[in-house]
Amino acid sequence: MDQNKLLVKLEKAGVYRSSKWLVRGISLEINQGQIVTLIGPNGSGKTTTAKMILNILNTDEGFVTGNANKMAYVPQKINIDWTMPLRVIDFMKITSSLNNTEITESLVMTGVDKLLYNQIHSLSGGEFQRVLIARAIAKKPDLLVLDEPVQGVDFNGEIALYNLIKDISVNLNCGILLISHDMHFVMSTTDHVICLNGHICCSGSPSNVVKNPEYIKLFGEHNSETLSYYQHQHDHSHDHDGSISK
Amino acid sequence: MFDDFFIRALIAGIGIAIVTGPLGCLVIWRRLSYFGDTLSHSALLGVTLAYAFSINISLSVFIISGTVALLLLSLQKRTKLAGDSLLGLLAHSTLAIGLVLIGFLSSIRFDLMGLLFGDILAVTVEDIFIIWFGGLIILGILFYIWKSIFAATVNYDLAAAEGMKPDLSNFIFTLLLAGVIAISIKMIGALLITGLLLIPAATARSLSSNPRQMVILSILVGIISVILGLFSSLELNTASGPSIIVAALVLFILSLISFKRSGALQK
Repeated sequence: MDQNKLLVKLEKAGVYRSSKWLVRGISLEINQGQIVTLIGPNGSGKTTTAKMILNILNTDEGFVTGNANKMAYVPQKINIDWTMPLRVIDFMKITSSLNNTEITESLVMTGVDKLLYNQIHSLSGGEFQRVLIARAIAKKPDLLVLDEPVQGVDFNGEIALYNLIKDISVNLNCGILLISHDMHFVMSTTDHVICLNGHICCSGSPSNVVKNPEYIKLFGEHNSETLSYYQHQHDHSHDHDGSISK
Repeated sequence: MFDDFFIRALIAGIGIAIVTGPLGCLVIWRRLSYFGDTLSHSALLGVTLAYAFSINISLSVFIISGTVALLLLSLQKRTKLAGDSLLGLLAHSTLAIGLVLIGFLSSIRFDLMGLLFGDILAVTVEDIFIIWFGGLIILGILFYIWKSIFAATVNYDLAAAEGMKPDLSNFIFTLLLAGVIAISIKMIGALLITGLLLIPAATARSLSSNPRQMVILSILVGIISVILGLFSSLELNTASGPSIIVAALVLFILSLISFKRSGALQK
Protein backbone atom coordinates (compact mmCIF):
# COMPACT_ATOMS: atom_id res chain seq x y z
CA MET A 1 0.00 0.00 0.00
CA ASP A 2 1.22 3.44 -0.84
CA GLN A 3 1.94 4.99 2.52
CA ASN A 4 2.37 8.49 1.26
CA LYS A 5 -0.59 9.04 -0.97
CA LEU A 6 -1.13 12.76 -1.40
CA LEU A 7 -4.55 13.68 -0.04
CA VAL A 8 -4.70 17.40 -0.58
CA LYS A 9 -2.40 20.09 -1.86
CA LEU A 10 -2.70 23.86 -1.72
CA GLU A 11 -0.60 25.94 -4.09
CA LYS A 12 -0.29 29.63 -3.30
CA ALA A 13 -3.96 29.59 -2.32
CA GLY A 14 -5.69 32.67 -0.96
CA VAL A 15 -9.15 33.89 0.04
CA TYR A 16 -10.17 37.51 -0.50
CA ARG A 17 -13.23 38.80 1.38
CA SER A 18 -14.52 42.28 2.21
CA SER A 19 -11.62 43.99 0.43
CA LYS A 20 -8.83 42.18 2.21
CA TRP A 21 -6.96 38.91 1.97
CA LEU A 22 -7.95 36.58 4.81
CA VAL A 23 -5.07 34.34 3.87
CA ARG A 24 -2.74 34.46 0.93
CA GLY A 25 0.02 32.40 -0.61
CA ILE A 26 -0.73 29.26 1.35
CA SER A 27 1.06 26.19 0.04
CA LEU A 28 0.87 22.93 1.90
CA GLU A 29 0.43 19.21 1.47
CA ILE A 30 -1.24 16.57 3.56
CA ASN A 31 -0.39 12.94 2.97
CA GLN A 32 -1.89 9.72 4.19
CA GLY A 33 -0.96 8.87 7.76
CA GLN A 34 0.37 12.36 8.43
CA ILE A 35 -0.67 14.82 11.12
CA VAL A 36 -0.27 18.43 10.02
CA THR A 37 -0.96 21.13 12.57
CA LEU A 38 -1.86 24.74 11.98
CA ILE A 39 -0.94 27.18 14.72
CA GLY A 40 -1.24 30.92 14.79
CA PRO A 41 -2.84 33.82 16.66
CA ASN A 42 -6.56 34.66 16.48
CA GLY A 43 -7.60 35.87 13.06
CA SER A 44 -4.53 34.45 11.42
CA GLY A 45 -6.62 32.44 8.95
CA LYS A 46 -6.41 28.95 10.43
CA THR A 47 -10.10 28.20 9.96
CA THR A 48 -10.10 29.87 6.54
CA THR A 49 -7.25 27.62 5.47
CA ALA A 50 -9.12 24.56 6.73
CA LYS A 51 -12.21 25.66 4.81
CA MET A 52 -10.21 25.97 1.60
CA ILE A 53 -8.98 22.43 2.05
CA LEU A 54 -12.53 21.20 2.64
CA ASN A 55 -13.92 23.06 -0.39
CA ILE A 56 -16.25 25.10 1.82
CA LEU A 57 -14.61 28.30 0.60
CA ASN A 58 -13.53 28.82 -2.97
CA THR A 59 -10.06 30.19 -3.42
CA ASP A 60 -9.68 33.58 -5.09
CA GLU A 61 -6.09 32.83 -5.98
CA GLY A 62 -4.03 29.69 -6.31
CA PHE A 63 -5.16 26.08 -6.45
CA VAL A 64 -6.54 23.35 -4.28
CA THR A 65 -6.03 19.87 -5.62
CA GLY A 66 -6.51 16.57 -3.95
CA ASN A 67 -7.71 13.05 -4.14
CA ALA A 68 -9.19 12.47 -0.73
CA ASN A 69 -12.33 10.39 -1.22
CA LYS A 70 -13.96 10.98 2.10
CA MET A 71 -13.37 14.06 4.18
CA ALA A 72 -14.69 14.61 7.67
CA TYR A 73 -14.80 17.86 9.55
CA VAL A 74 -14.98 18.87 13.18
CA PRO A 75 -15.85 22.57 13.01
CA GLN A 76 -14.76 25.00 15.66
CA LYS A 77 -18.27 26.14 16.38
CA ILE A 78 -21.63 24.68 15.60
CA ASN A 79 -25.02 25.90 16.69
CA ILE A 80 -27.99 23.66 16.29
CA ASP A 81 -31.27 25.51 16.44
CA TRP A 82 -33.42 24.52 19.39
CA THR A 83 -36.42 24.13 17.12
CA MET A 84 -34.83 20.97 15.74
CA PRO A 85 -35.26 17.90 17.96
CA LEU A 86 -32.05 15.98 17.42
CA ARG A 87 -30.62 13.06 19.34
CA VAL A 88 -26.96 12.11 19.26
CA ILE A 89 -27.85 9.08 17.11
CA ASP A 90 -29.57 11.32 14.54
CA PHE A 91 -26.68 13.76 14.51
CA MET A 92 -24.19 10.96 13.88
CA LYS A 93 -25.95 10.08 10.65
CA ILE A 94 -26.38 13.50 9.07
CA THR A 95 -23.87 13.12 6.25
CA SER A 96 -23.48 9.36 5.96
CA SER A 97 -25.49 6.22 6.43
CA LEU A 98 -23.91 4.52 9.40
CA ASN A 99 -25.25 1.44 11.12
CA ASN A 100 -25.71 1.33 14.88
CA THR A 101 -22.54 -0.70 15.46
CA GLU A 102 -20.40 1.87 13.66
CA ILE A 103 -22.06 4.66 15.61
CA THR A 104 -21.64 2.99 18.99
CA GLU A 105 -18.04 2.03 18.26
CA SER A 106 -16.93 5.57 17.62
CA LEU A 107 -18.94 6.96 20.53
CA VAL A 108 -17.17 4.42 22.76
CA MET A 109 -13.84 5.70 21.45
CA THR A 110 -14.63 9.24 22.54
CA GLY A 111 -16.25 8.06 25.77
CA VAL A 112 -19.81 9.22 25.18
CA ASP A 113 -21.60 6.03 24.16
CA LYS A 114 -24.04 6.44 27.04
CA LEU A 115 -25.41 9.57 25.39
CA LEU A 116 -26.64 7.82 22.23
CA TYR A 117 -30.30 8.73 22.74
CA ASN A 118 -29.78 12.06 24.50
CA GLN A 119 -30.89 15.30 22.91
CA ILE A 120 -28.02 17.26 21.36
CA HIS A 121 -29.28 20.36 23.18
CA SER A 122 -28.91 18.72 26.56
CA LEU A 123 -25.19 17.95 26.16
CA SER A 124 -22.49 19.94 27.88
CA GLY A 125 -19.86 21.68 25.78
CA GLY A 126 -17.30 18.96 26.37
CA GLU A 127 -19.77 16.16 25.68
CA PHE A 128 -20.85 17.79 22.44
CA GLN A 129 -17.23 18.14 21.39
CA ARG A 130 -16.73 14.40 21.94
CA VAL A 131 -19.83 13.68 19.86
CA LEU A 132 -18.49 15.92 17.08
CA ILE A 133 -15.23 13.99 17.01
CA ALA A 134 -17.05 10.65 17.14
CA ARG A 135 -19.23 11.66 14.22
CA ALA A 136 -16.23 12.60 12.14
CA ILE A 137 -14.27 9.40 12.79
CA ALA A 138 -17.31 7.13 12.39
CA LYS A 139 -17.23 7.93 8.68
CA LYS A 140 -13.72 6.45 8.48
CA PRO A 141 -12.48 9.40 6.45
CA ASP A 142 -9.20 9.49 4.60
CA LEU A 143 -8.80 13.15 5.48
CA LEU A 144 -9.89 14.43 8.85
CA VAL A 145 -9.92 18.15 9.64
CA LEU A 146 -10.17 19.09 13.29
CA ASP A 147 -10.62 22.73 14.25
CA GLU A 148 -9.88 23.16 17.96
CA PRO A 149 -11.33 19.73 18.68
CA VAL A 150 -10.90 19.61 22.45
CA GLN A 151 -12.29 23.00 23.45
CA GLY A 152 -14.42 22.72 26.55
CA VAL A 153 -13.16 19.23 27.31
CA ASP A 154 -11.77 18.68 30.81
CA PHE A 155 -8.05 18.22 31.36
CA ASN A 156 -7.88 14.43 31.48
CA GLY A 157 -10.32 14.14 28.61
CA GLU A 158 -8.11 16.39 26.53
CA ILE A 159 -5.15 14.07 26.85
CA ALA A 160 -7.29 11.04 26.07
CA LEU A 161 -8.76 12.71 22.99
CA TYR A 162 -5.38 13.79 21.70
CA ASN A 163 -4.12 10.25 22.12
CA LEU A 164 -7.22 9.08 20.29
CA ILE A 165 -6.49 11.46 17.41
CA LYS A 166 -3.02 10.04 17.17
CA ASP A 167 -4.40 6.49 17.20
CA ILE A 168 -6.88 7.35 14.49
CA SER A 169 -4.20 8.57 12.15
CA VAL A 170 -2.43 5.24 12.59
CA ASN A 171 -5.47 2.95 12.55
CA LEU A 172 -7.35 4.57 9.69
CA ASN A 173 -4.13 5.57 7.97
CA CYS A 174 -5.79 8.89 7.23
CA GLY A 175 -4.34 12.35 6.92
CA ILE A 176 -5.18 14.77 9.72
CA LEU A 177 -5.19 18.53 9.68
CA LEU A 178 -5.37 19.84 13.19
CA ILE A 179 -5.88 23.36 14.40
CA SER A 180 -4.75 23.49 17.97
CA HIS A 181 -3.48 25.74 20.69
CA ASP A 182 -2.11 22.90 22.73
CA MET A 183 1.62 23.18 22.24
CA HIS A 184 2.35 20.04 24.23
CA PHE A 185 0.40 17.92 21.83
CA VAL A 186 1.48 19.82 18.77
CA MET A 187 5.10 19.44 19.59
CA SER A 188 5.03 15.82 20.67
CA THR A 189 2.75 14.22 18.10
CA THR A 190 2.61 16.29 14.98
CA ASP A 191 4.61 15.44 11.88
CA HIS A 192 4.52 18.88 10.39
CA VAL A 193 3.72 22.26 11.92
CA ILE A 194 2.60 25.28 9.96
CA CYS A 195 2.72 28.61 11.69
CA LEU A 196 0.17 30.94 10.18
CA ASN A 197 -0.42 34.66 10.33
CA GLY A 198 -2.35 35.55 7.17
CA HIS A 199 0.45 33.81 5.35
CA ILE A 200 2.77 30.96 6.26
CA CYS A 201 5.36 32.38 8.67
CA CYS A 202 7.30 29.21 9.03
CA SER A 203 6.76 25.50 8.76
CA GLY A 204 8.57 22.27 9.28
CA SER A 205 9.02 19.62 11.91
CA PRO A 206 8.03 20.75 15.41
CA SER A 207 11.61 20.83 16.66
CA ASN A 208 12.64 23.09 13.80
CA VAL A 209 9.66 25.40 14.03
CA VAL A 210 10.16 26.24 17.70
CA LYS A 211 13.65 27.49 16.95
CA ASN A 212 12.46 29.68 14.12
CA PRO A 213 12.65 33.40 14.95
CA GLU A 214 9.24 33.96 13.29
CA TYR A 215 7.68 31.45 15.67
CA ILE A 216 9.33 33.01 18.71
CA LYS A 217 8.12 36.44 17.59
CA LEU A 218 4.53 35.19 17.39
CA PHE A 219 4.36 32.96 20.42
CA GLY A 220 7.03 34.32 22.71
CA GLU A 221 10.15 32.80 24.21
CA HIS A 222 8.50 30.64 26.87
CA ASN A 223 6.53 28.56 24.40
CA SER A 224 9.62 27.39 22.67
CA GLU A 225 10.54 25.50 25.81
CA THR A 226 7.49 23.27 25.69
CA LEU A 227 9.14 20.81 23.40
CA SER A 228 9.52 18.29 26.20
CA TYR A 229 7.23 15.33 25.86
CA TYR A 230 4.14 15.70 27.95
CA GLN A 231 3.82 13.22 30.79
CA HIS A 232 0.83 13.01 33.03
CA GLN A 233 1.36 11.36 36.44
CA HIS A 234 -1.75 9.61 37.58
CA ASP A 235 -2.29 6.19 39.12
CA HIS A 236 -5.82 5.85 37.77
CA SER A 237 -7.93 7.34 35.06
CA HIS A 238 -11.41 8.82 34.93
CA ASP A 239 -14.25 8.26 32.56
CA HIS A 240 -15.69 11.50 31.29
CA ASP A 241 -18.52 11.31 33.81
CA GLY A 242 -16.06 11.21 36.68
CA SER A 243 -16.15 7.54 37.58
CA ILE A 244 -12.76 5.94 38.13
CA SER A 245 -11.76 3.19 35.79
CA LYS A 246 -8.96 0.75 36.72
CA MET B 1 -74.98 15.12 4.21
CA PHE B 2 -72.08 17.22 2.96
CA ASP B 3 -72.35 19.36 -0.09
CA ASP B 4 -69.96 18.43 -2.80
CA PHE B 5 -67.84 21.56 -2.39
CA PHE B 6 -67.09 20.65 1.19
CA ILE B 7 -65.69 17.25 0.25
CA ARG B 8 -63.58 18.92 -2.40
CA ALA B 9 -62.26 21.42 0.13
CA LEU B 10 -61.41 18.61 2.56
CA ILE B 11 -59.52 16.60 -0.04
CA ALA B 12 -57.67 19.70 -1.20
CA GLY B 13 -56.87 20.85 2.34
CA ILE B 14 -55.56 17.47 3.43
CA GLY B 15 -53.36 17.36 0.34
CA ILE B 16 -51.91 20.74 1.25
CA ALA B 17 -51.32 19.76 4.87
CA ILE B 18 -49.32 16.70 3.83
CA VAL B 19 -46.94 18.91 1.85
CA THR B 20 -46.73 21.79 4.33
CA GLY B 21 -45.77 19.39 7.15
CA PRO B 22 -42.19 18.56 6.11
CA LEU B 23 -41.59 21.92 4.40
CA GLY B 24 -42.85 23.73 7.50
CA CYS B 25 -40.39 21.82 9.68
CA LEU B 26 -37.54 22.94 7.44
CA VAL B 27 -38.86 26.50 7.50
CA ILE B 28 -38.73 26.71 11.28
CA TRP B 29 -35.46 24.80 11.62
CA ARG B 30 -33.85 27.19 9.16
CA ARG B 31 -35.55 30.26 10.63
CA LEU B 32 -37.14 31.07 7.31
CA SER B 33 -40.60 32.10 8.48
CA TYR B 34 -40.21 35.63 7.19
CA PHE B 35 -38.81 34.27 3.97
CA GLY B 36 -41.99 32.24 3.58
CA ASP B 37 -44.04 35.35 4.26
CA THR B 38 -42.24 37.24 1.53
CA LEU B 39 -42.88 34.48 -0.97
CA SER B 40 -46.56 34.27 -0.11
CA HIS B 41 -47.03 38.04 -0.24
CA SER B 42 -45.49 38.05 -3.67
CA ALA B 43 -47.97 35.33 -4.59
CA LEU B 44 -50.70 37.96 -4.76
CA LEU B 45 -48.84 39.56 -7.63
CA GLY B 46 -48.78 36.15 -9.27
CA VAL B 47 -52.56 35.83 -8.92
CA THR B 48 -53.13 39.26 -10.43
CA LEU B 49 -50.95 38.44 -13.40
CA ALA B 50 -52.77 35.15 -13.82
CA TYR B 51 -56.04 37.06 -14.18
CA ALA B 52 -54.50 39.68 -16.45
CA PHE B 53 -53.10 37.15 -18.90
CA SER B 54 -55.67 34.44 -18.17
CA ILE B 55 -53.19 31.75 -17.28
CA ASN B 56 -53.38 29.15 -14.52
CA ILE B 57 -53.17 30.74 -11.06
CA SER B 58 -50.87 28.11 -9.53
CA LEU B 59 -48.49 28.29 -12.47
CA SER B 60 -48.35 32.07 -12.37
CA VAL B 61 -47.87 32.12 -8.58
CA PHE B 62 -45.10 29.55 -8.84
CA ILE B 63 -43.29 31.62 -11.45
CA ILE B 64 -43.56 34.87 -9.48
CA SER B 65 -42.78 33.38 -6.05
CA GLY B 66 -39.98 31.32 -7.51
CA THR B 67 -38.48 34.40 -9.17
CA VAL B 68 -38.72 36.40 -5.95
CA ALA B 69 -37.12 33.52 -4.06
CA LEU B 70 -34.19 33.30 -6.43
CA LEU B 71 -33.85 37.08 -6.42
CA LEU B 72 -33.65 36.96 -2.64
CA LEU B 73 -31.03 34.22 -2.67
CA SER B 74 -28.78 36.18 -4.97
CA LEU B 75 -29.40 39.54 -3.25
CA GLN B 76 -28.61 38.06 0.15
CA LYS B 77 -25.18 37.11 -1.08
CA ARG B 78 -24.52 40.49 -2.68
CA THR B 79 -25.88 43.21 -0.40
CA LYS B 80 -24.95 44.24 3.08
CA LEU B 81 -28.59 45.01 3.88
CA ALA B 82 -29.72 42.79 6.74
CA GLY B 83 -31.68 39.73 5.68
CA ASP B 84 -34.92 40.76 7.35
CA SER B 85 -34.89 44.26 5.86
CA LEU B 86 -34.41 42.80 2.42
CA LEU B 87 -37.28 40.38 3.00
CA GLY B 88 -39.56 43.14 4.23
CA LEU B 89 -38.67 45.29 1.26
CA LEU B 90 -39.57 42.56 -1.23
CA ALA B 91 -42.61 41.30 0.69
CA HIS B 92 -44.33 44.65 0.87
CA SER B 93 -43.33 45.93 -2.54
CA THR B 94 -44.58 42.81 -4.31
CA LEU B 95 -47.78 42.88 -2.26
CA ALA B 96 -48.25 46.55 -3.12
CA ILE B 97 -47.57 46.00 -6.83
CA GLY B 98 -50.10 43.18 -6.80
CA LEU B 99 -52.75 45.37 -5.16
CA VAL B 100 -52.05 48.27 -7.52
CA LEU B 101 -52.41 45.99 -10.52
CA ILE B 102 -55.73 44.73 -9.18
CA GLY B 103 -56.88 48.35 -9.34
CA PHE B 104 -55.97 48.51 -13.01
CA LEU B 105 -57.83 45.31 -13.77
CA SER B 106 -61.17 46.76 -12.68
CA SER B 107 -62.94 45.16 -15.62
CA ILE B 108 -62.42 41.71 -14.08
CA ARG B 109 -64.49 40.75 -11.07
CA PHE B 110 -62.18 40.09 -8.15
CA ASP B 111 -62.74 38.46 -4.84
CA LEU B 112 -59.89 40.17 -3.00
CA MET B 113 -60.82 38.66 0.34
CA GLY B 114 -60.70 35.24 -1.25
CA LEU B 115 -57.21 35.87 -2.60
CA LEU B 116 -55.89 37.14 0.70
CA PHE B 117 -57.57 34.67 3.03
CA GLY B 118 -58.56 31.69 0.91
CA ASP B 119 -61.92 30.59 -0.39
CA ILE B 120 -63.50 27.27 0.41
CA LEU B 121 -66.07 27.62 -2.37
CA ALA B 122 -63.46 28.23 -5.00
CA VAL B 123 -61.91 24.76 -4.90
CA THR B 124 -62.60 22.94 -8.15
CA VAL B 125 -61.80 19.41 -9.25
CA GLU B 126 -58.97 20.89 -11.30
CA ASP B 127 -57.56 22.50 -8.14
CA ILE B 128 -57.62 19.15 -6.37
CA PHE B 129 -55.69 17.66 -9.23
CA ILE B 130 -53.13 20.49 -9.11
CA ILE B 131 -52.76 20.18 -5.34
CA TRP B 132 -52.29 16.42 -5.27
CA PHE B 133 -50.24 16.13 -8.42
CA GLY B 134 -48.09 19.17 -7.56
CA GLY B 135 -47.88 18.03 -3.96
CA LEU B 136 -46.62 14.58 -4.94
CA ILE B 137 -43.94 16.13 -7.14
CA ILE B 138 -42.87 18.45 -4.31
CA LEU B 139 -42.75 15.58 -1.81
CA GLY B 140 -40.89 13.37 -4.27
CA ILE B 141 -38.19 15.95 -4.86
CA LEU B 142 -38.01 16.75 -1.14
CA PHE B 143 -37.59 13.07 -0.33
CA TYR B 144 -34.82 12.83 -2.89
CA ILE B 145 -32.83 15.80 -1.51
CA TRP B 146 -33.77 15.24 2.15
CA LYS B 147 -30.38 14.00 3.32
CA SER B 148 -28.59 16.93 1.74
CA ILE B 149 -31.05 19.62 2.81
CA PHE B 150 -31.18 18.21 6.32
CA ALA B 151 -27.40 18.17 6.66
CA ALA B 152 -27.27 21.75 5.36
CA THR B 153 -29.92 22.72 7.92
CA VAL B 154 -27.92 21.25 10.79
CA ASN B 155 -24.70 22.92 9.67
CA TYR B 156 -23.77 24.40 6.33
CA ASP B 157 -20.00 23.93 6.73
CA LEU B 158 -20.32 20.29 7.70
CA ALA B 159 -22.60 19.61 4.76
CA ALA B 160 -20.31 21.44 2.34
CA ALA B 161 -17.14 19.77 3.64
CA GLU B 162 -18.61 16.30 3.50
CA GLY B 163 -19.92 16.45 -0.03
CA MET B 164 -23.63 17.10 0.58
CA LYS B 165 -23.85 19.98 -1.94
CA PRO B 166 -25.76 22.38 0.34
CA ASP B 167 -26.01 25.21 -2.20
CA LEU B 168 -27.82 23.02 -4.68
CA SER B 169 -30.26 21.68 -2.10
CA ASN B 170 -30.90 25.19 -0.72
CA PHE B 171 -31.77 26.30 -4.21
CA ILE B 172 -34.13 23.39 -4.80
CA PHE B 173 -35.72 23.82 -1.37
CA THR B 174 -36.48 27.46 -2.16
CA LEU B 175 -38.27 26.45 -5.34
CA LEU B 176 -40.23 23.80 -3.45
CA LEU B 177 -41.37 26.48 -1.03
CA ALA B 178 -42.59 28.57 -3.96
CA GLY B 179 -44.32 25.43 -5.22
CA VAL B 180 -46.23 24.78 -2.00
CA ILE B 181 -47.38 28.39 -1.94
CA ALA B 182 -48.53 28.07 -5.54
CA ILE B 183 -50.70 25.03 -4.87
CA SER B 184 -52.20 26.32 -1.64
CA ILE B 185 -52.91 29.99 -2.39
CA LYS B 186 -56.52 29.48 -3.52
CA MET B 187 -57.37 27.46 -0.46
CA ILE B 188 -55.48 29.26 2.30
CA GLY B 189 -54.87 32.72 0.83
CA ALA B 190 -51.74 34.79 0.31
CA LEU B 191 -51.55 36.20 3.83
CA LEU B 192 -51.96 32.98 5.76
CA ILE B 193 -49.97 30.28 3.96
CA THR B 194 -46.95 30.77 6.17
CA GLY B 195 -49.21 30.10 9.14
CA LEU B 196 -49.99 26.63 7.85
CA LEU B 197 -46.27 26.04 7.32
CA LEU B 198 -45.24 27.25 10.77
CA ILE B 199 -47.92 26.48 13.31
CA PRO B 200 -48.30 22.70 12.83
CA ALA B 201 -44.50 22.35 12.78
CA ALA B 202 -44.19 24.41 15.95
CA THR B 203 -46.87 22.24 17.56
CA ALA B 204 -45.04 19.11 16.53
CA ARG B 205 -41.75 20.42 17.96
CA SER B 206 -42.85 20.27 21.54
CA LEU B 207 -44.10 16.71 21.10
CA SER B 208 -41.13 15.21 19.27
CA SER B 209 -37.69 13.99 20.17
CA ASN B 210 -36.26 13.43 16.70
CA PRO B 211 -36.60 15.03 13.27
CA ARG B 212 -38.60 12.25 11.63
CA GLN B 213 -41.14 12.29 14.44
CA MET B 214 -41.50 16.04 14.08
CA VAL B 215 -42.14 15.79 10.34
CA ILE B 216 -44.79 13.07 10.77
CA LEU B 217 -46.47 14.88 13.65
CA SER B 218 -46.59 18.18 11.79
CA ILE B 219 -48.32 16.45 8.88
CA LEU B 220 -50.87 14.98 11.29
CA VAL B 221 -51.39 18.27 13.12
CA GLY B 222 -51.79 20.00 9.74
CA ILE B 223 -54.44 17.50 8.64
CA ILE B 224 -56.35 17.84 11.92
CA SER B 225 -56.18 21.65 11.63
CA VAL B 226 -57.57 21.50 8.10
CA ILE B 227 -60.45 19.22 9.13
CA LEU B 228 -61.34 21.22 12.24
CA GLY B 229 -60.95 24.51 10.40
CA LEU B 230 -63.12 23.51 7.47
CA PHE B 231 -65.88 22.16 9.70
CA SER B 232 -65.97 25.35 11.72
CA SER B 233 -65.81 27.36 8.51
CA LEU B 234 -68.91 25.51 7.32
CA GLU B 235 -70.75 25.82 10.64
CA LEU B 236 -69.86 29.41 11.44
CA ASN B 237 -69.71 30.70 7.88
CA THR B 238 -66.17 32.03 8.27
CA ALA B 239 -63.37 32.23 5.68
CA SER B 240 -61.62 28.88 5.25
CA GLY B 241 -57.99 30.07 5.53
CA PRO B 242 -58.34 31.90 8.86
CA SER B 243 -60.49 29.11 10.29
CA ILE B 244 -57.79 26.53 9.53
CA ILE B 245 -55.09 28.74 11.04
CA VAL B 246 -57.17 29.34 14.19
CA ALA B 247 -57.67 25.59 14.52
CA ALA B 248 -53.92 25.11 14.15
CA LEU B 249 -53.32 27.75 16.82
CA VAL B 250 -55.68 26.00 19.25
CA LEU B 251 -53.74 22.76 18.75
CA PHE B 252 -50.48 24.64 19.30
CA ILE B 253 -51.72 26.06 22.61
CA LEU B 254 -52.88 22.61 23.71
CA SER B 255 -49.44 21.21 22.87
CA LEU B 256 -47.78 23.90 24.96
CA ILE B 257 -49.91 23.00 27.94
CA SER B 258 -49.14 19.29 27.66
CA PHE B 259 -45.49 20.14 27.08
CA LYS B 260 -45.26 22.19 30.26
CA ARG B 261 -47.01 19.48 32.25
CA SER B 262 -44.54 16.86 31.15
CA GLY B 263 -41.83 19.13 32.51
CA ALA B 264 -39.88 19.00 29.31
CA LEU B 265 -39.64 22.74 28.77
CA GLN B 266 -35.90 23.07 28.99
CA LYS B 267 -33.73 25.07 26.71
